Amino acid sequence: MAFTLYSLIQAAILCINAVAVLHEERFLSKIGWGGDQSVGGFGDEPGIKVQLMNLIRSVRTVMRVPLIGVNSVCIVLLLLFG
Amino acid sequence: MDYTAAQSGFRQRKLQPNMRLRNSSVDGPDGSQLFDDTSAAGPGAQGVYRNQQAGPQAAGLPGQSFLSDPMSNLAMVYGSSLASQGREMVDKNLDRFIPISKLKYYFAVDTVYVGKKLGILVFPYMHESWEVCYQQDIPVAPRFDVNAPDLYIPTMGFITYILVAGLALGTQDRFSPELLGVQASSALVWLIMEVLVVLLSLYLVTVNTDLTTIDLLAFSGYKYVGMIVGVVAGLLFGKTAYYLSLLWCCAAIFVFMIRTLRLKLLSEAAAEGKLVRGARNQLRMYLTMSIAAAQPIFMYWLTYHLIR
Repeated sequence: MAFTLYSLIQAAILCINAVAVLHEERFLSKIGWGGDQSVGGFGDEPGIKVQLMNLIRSVRTVMRVPLIGVNSVCIVLLLLFG
Repeated sequence: MDYTAAQSGFRQRKLQPNMRLRNSSVDGPDGSQLFDDTSAAGPGAQGVYRNQQAGPQAAGLPGQSFLSDPMSNLAMVYGSSLASQGREMVDKNLDRFIPISKLKYYFAVDTVYVGKKLGILVFPYMHESWEVCYQQDIPVAPRFDVNAPDLYIPTMGFITYILVAGLALGTQDRFSPELLGVQASSALVWLIMEVLVVLLSLYLVTVNTDLTTIDLLAFSGYKYVGMIVGVVAGLLFGKTAYYLSLLWCCAAIFVFMIRTLRLKLLSEAAAEGKLVRGARNQLRMYLTMSIAAAQPIFMYWLTYHLIR
């Protein structure tokens, strides 16, 4: 119940890390959530699953490099200050 | 005056034109619509001109031999122009991160609006028309339209909630100044998480809406009013009063959210009450109901530990 902003940041970093480690070929395609399977017709009916797949793929693409920096900073801070 | 035509064109999420239009309604000569502007010109331009006029004038004052030197005049003028340039740059960069001019729209309220809105938040059953008025594609400022979302009530409600929580903890002899900060950050974290979850679900369901993030923040902040009423009633009259008033405020917020979000999230036909079949409309209906149902849950979650 006693949340702080820092715990929110930690939770966000963990969640983004979790999304970033989902491998495209080895895992997502196996369960039918691969990026190349998001073919839909035109029209405004993408559906939740396609939106989720797009979201996962875009998070992985965008956050891959910044996550390296953020994770390193987090590791250093946790080592120094516990 | 017929606003329905403008409104039906506004169901689509036109993010850029909307934001640009809201911006332009604040700056420029129409800025006095949002606030009663008492300054003649912008403060930046005035500052520069005033400094330039003060320079030669100060040189004319007796005993100011320091400023009679044209070189130091020049230096002063140059320094003041540098300062104003720096200020413009800071303003421009700050505006990129925190949209200050957009925020101004949400604080353009007056006493009548606040009174009416608080009344609607506690008793939404008599209010008839829930549509937001537009004026030439620009949403009207909150002081002219009681249905427009604002950020004044949520901000004040949040601060009052923290103070009332401190008061309630004090009556239970559990108070310490750090607890105020803990309560504040706790409530803030829940608010941020709620807004993020609503944003995520809006993205997943692909709703075409002109709800902005700040609008969602405003709607999520309206529940603090009910929470304050509940906690104050509990402090004054005991636990039964707390539960009764919380129940009343939960029902009121539920109805308020459904009636407000119905117009923004659902398609037009469904919003007018006709039963529209189709998986997509059903999904949107569920989304509206769950957003509205989350409010009472948060209201109880954030206040039950204050009344023992």
